[in-house]
Amino acid sequence: MAEVSEPIVRIRNLSKAYRRGTQVIPVLTGINFDIARGEFVALMGPSGSGKSTLLNLIAGIDSADQGSIQIGDVEITRLGESELARWRAGSVGFIFQFYNLIPVLTAYENVELPLLLTHLSRRERHEHVEAVLNVVGLADRMDHYPSQLSGGQQQRVAIARAIVTDPEILVADEPTGDLDRVSAEEILLLMDRLVHEFGKTVIMVTHDPRAAEKAHLIRHLEKGELSVT
Amino acid sequence: MGIPYSYSFRNLWTRRLTTVLTASGMALVVFVFAATLMLTEGLQKTLVQTGSSDNVVLLRKSSNSEVQSAVERDQASLLESQPEIAVGADGEPLLAKELVVLINLKKRVGDKPSNVIIRGIDAASLKLRPAVRLKEGRMPRPGSAEVVAGESVSRRFKGCGLGETLRFGMRDWRVVGVFDAGSTGFSSEIWGDRDQMMQAFRRPVYSSIIFRLRDTTAFDAYKARVEGDPRLTVEAKRETQYYLDQSEAMAKFLRILGLVLTVIFSIGAVIGATITMYAAVANRVTEIGTLRALGFPRKSILAAFIIEALLLGLCGGILGVCAASFMQLITISTMNWASFSELAFSFTLNFSIIWKSLLFSVVMGFVGGALPALRASRMNIVEALRAT
Ligand SMILES: Nc1ncnc2c1ncn2[C@@H]1O[C@H](COP(=O)(O)OP(=O)(O)OP(=O)(O)O)[C@@H](O)[C@H]1O
Ligand SMILES: [Mg+2]
Repeated sequence: MAEVSEPIVRIRNLSKAYRRGTQVIPVLTGINFDIARGEFVALMGPSGSGKSTLLNLIAGIDSADQGSIQIGDVEITRLGESELARWRAGSVGFIFQFYNLIPVLTAYENVELPLLLTHLSRRERHEHVEAVLNVVGLADRMDHYPSQLSGGQQQRVAIARAIVTDPEILVADEPTGDLDRVSAEEILLLMDRLVHEFGKTVIMVTHDPRAAEKAHLIRHLEKGELSVT
Repeated sequence: MGIPYSYSFRNLWTRRLTTVLTASGMALVVFVFAATLMLTEGLQKTLVQTGSSDNVVLLRKSSNSEVQSAVERDQASLLESQPEIAVGADGEPLLAKELVVLINLKKRVGDKPSNVIIRGIDAASLKLRPAVRLKEGRMPRPGSAEVVAGESVSRRFKGCGLGETLRFGMRDWRVVGVFDAGSTGFSSEIWGDRDQMMQAFRRPVYSSIIFRLRDTTAFDAYKARVEGDPRLTVEAKRETQYYLDQSEAMAKFLRILGLVLTVIFSIGAVIGATITMYAAVANRVTEIGTLRALGFPRKSILAAFIIEALLLGLCGGILGVCAASFMQLITISTMNWASFSELAFSFTLNFSIIWKSLLFSVVMGFVGGALPALRASRMNIVEALRAT
């Protein structure tokens, strides 16, 4: 059914290499990849294969050497730095392996952070933050600081932060990599809900086959190229 | 909207030990900065308060102080009969021909000798100085070897207490009173009958003439006329201006000293702030990467760290000003360079000094935080996020 609609992510001939002195390390070589709206994609592959690099390119925090990435109607590979920052603020939600919450801000303030880049009033921000904290089931913990939360709870706060601006895509780099089995399961269930209930598109890098199972689609990255399983 | 201020503030609070240590370094500089300003302020306030703006001081041309000046008797009688001079309630002109001499007295503590001003006063002298009030004893009887001492002199010099006896001008002088002159320079003087003193010091001429203007706006015209009169060799100054000029050399010295100390110390404090802020940036690399990924532009990161540094500076400033405010309890006595006599004054804090000190501390914070904040704002997002 997803194939019918326009893909939300359209990657064409994408290449990226790192230079260390005179040495050139090709990481991605001519990637072509489409992701349909509402898809849950798992990116797998050996360590150093370039999964994070690809994800960062899709999320607009790294720049490609060649090729194009189009997300929705925006060709992000053409955007300048500050346009890209504005685009990220509204269109991408980030979920990190180590949650990356700001330690000096409460759960509420962490979730509110991306909304400070919008024109929403304080009241409207409050409504949004409360709504997403309810989605992740942590409304009662909104005044807690990250250090007062378990790893699983922190990741749920991070997910709330990722969805609070209602972005088109969510990128997650090993979101369960730092969690125990039970917490990991909860996080995967939550991500599954985001896809099915809220129609989000999720792109997740993972090493964990159990995590990948939750995805609709698994792609393997090896030697700079993508393959379907 | 950018990153909230609470982010910067709470980060300082989270590492409060480092914050306090760094702020203390800045506080020390602000303390030195404020203290020298307070000293200059205290000095000038003391000297300016000594004068009153409708009093005029007449000195011999190009003498910087009363001690160096001499006004001949024939000139004095000419000056006495000018129409601008105010008349007191008793019908007498408010004009005093005074003698000012420096003598050497020993301090009560440590026996160290120091110069003290002796002022031979006229009948109108006291009326011309409303700040001077007799505190203990009585005024000297005219024609007697009696003196009154300013409170500060009386406290600090041997033989100057009430009932004690002083020896100068080859005579003994009994201290029959102590006067309070507030925080003016008169507190550091000894007053006695002028004619007695002129005899004792074998001085045929007066040092200065002081009088009250009938109309304070008449000063400029009076000055022009008197200074242009070929029979006269005097110079007229408003009393306030006279004392301000007296303080200028000292104030300038204090300002330069303060500037030199402040500059040297502030280099250290700014380096301290820079190190602290670099450490803060290094500790929060992932955080910076995260904020950037969320869409905060470089300038938001720059602002957040600059604000952190400004707050750090402000902490130092507040600490420094608080410490400096305690200096108000201390009274300093120093050489008045213009007359080479002792002068007592205190550190004086006012809003202008508080404001300047806080501004200075914030500027130090800014200078110290600029480079680290710039580094934070220039980080590559991906590399910052990898740094776990
Ligand atoms: N800044 C950089 N400079 C040089 N080489 C880099 C840089 N960033 C990444 N690389 C290299 O690019 C390759 C791909 O890195 P990437 O982080 O995308 O791998 P990955 O698939 O996410 O690995 P892992 O599963 O271990 O996270 C690696 O060989 C890595 O060493
Ligand atoms: Mg990776």
